[in-house]
Amino acid sequence: MLNPLPWFIAGPLIAIIMFLLLRLGKTFGMSSNLRTICSMSGAGRFSSFFCTNWRDNIWSLVVLLGVISGGIFAFQVLKVDPPQINEDVVNQLNAYGFDSVNSSYFPAELFSLDQLLTVKGFAIILIAGFLVGFGARYAGGCTSGHAIMGLSNLQRPSLFSVIGFFIGGLVMVHLIFPLIF
Amino acid sequence: MKKYIAFFSVGFVFGILLIISEVASWFRIFEMFQFKSFHMYGVIGSAVIVGIALVQLIKQKEIKTFNGKPIQVKDKDKGFTNYFVGGIIFGFGWALAGACPGPMYALLGTGYISIFILLLGAILGTFVYGVLKSKLPH
Repeated sequence: MLNPLPWFIAGPLIAIIMFLLLRLGKTFGMSSNLRTICSMSGAGRFSSFFCTNWRDNIWSLVVLLGVISGGIFAFQVLKVDPPQINEDVVNQLNAYGFDSVNSSYFPAELFSLDQLLTVKGFAIILIAGFLVGFGARYAGGCTSGHAIMGLSNLQRPSLFSVIGFFIGGLVMVHLIFPLIF
Repeated sequence: MKKYIAFFSVGFVFGILLIISEVASWFRIFEMFQFKSFHMYGVIGSAVIVGIALVQLIKQKEIKTFNGKPIQVKDKDKGFTNYFVGGIIFGFGWALAGACPGPMYALLGTGYISIFILLLGAILGTFVYGVLKSKLPH
């Protein structure tokens, strides 16, 4: 019902989220929680990279808990409508066999339980997650830490990362998707 | 306790924003990489422009934290390879999963088991990076 929130409202509000975190004495970054979760789970036994005091990052896990709750609230209470996608893209996705476009928030052809129970479907999901986690830590941040926080602070390393994000995304969608789907 | 309520609330609003702005939608990410819609570019672009203005405001006006301490926005360490190569690997995952870490957490709210597996993959990827870190070019 509320979606899509127009970009010119969503973008500035995301910047305000970052601003509020700065005023709370912290910075904006979502992927560092993954490292904290590894540290909490005892990954320090395998690499000194995880020998950090995770208790220092409890604040970030509380933000994470908020994000999860916000997602639950949006899907279960606000009842989100399926995004309506550009017509050319719809045709293209139909050609890939993605028929859930415009009727689902994300493709059932990738995320349904039936797909997850196939070897290919399970592998795609696990590898996709793996690449996000590995790449984010290698780059030292993700869309929030580099694209929003880093670029806002005019950091050149963040620009290198964001250019990398887009090169990787374009290669995946244009060169690798035709091989997978 | 008050502090934790603040952190939770900021996350809560951010989670709703990610979902209703549709930046957490696989379809929107695909559409972005096809250059067929301005929406995603508009969200990220306007966030960065307003973000630059806000960070400048903090620096110029020496805006303090709510506790009255100076705000330190740390510079990223210098470098290229890790930022660029890590970025490309992240980009592969972003396009395939149709979600970056923030949206992944928010998408747990759909109740789909696949999203839990996706998150498990991301934790696993983080772990493997930590183990291999000393062997990778930075």
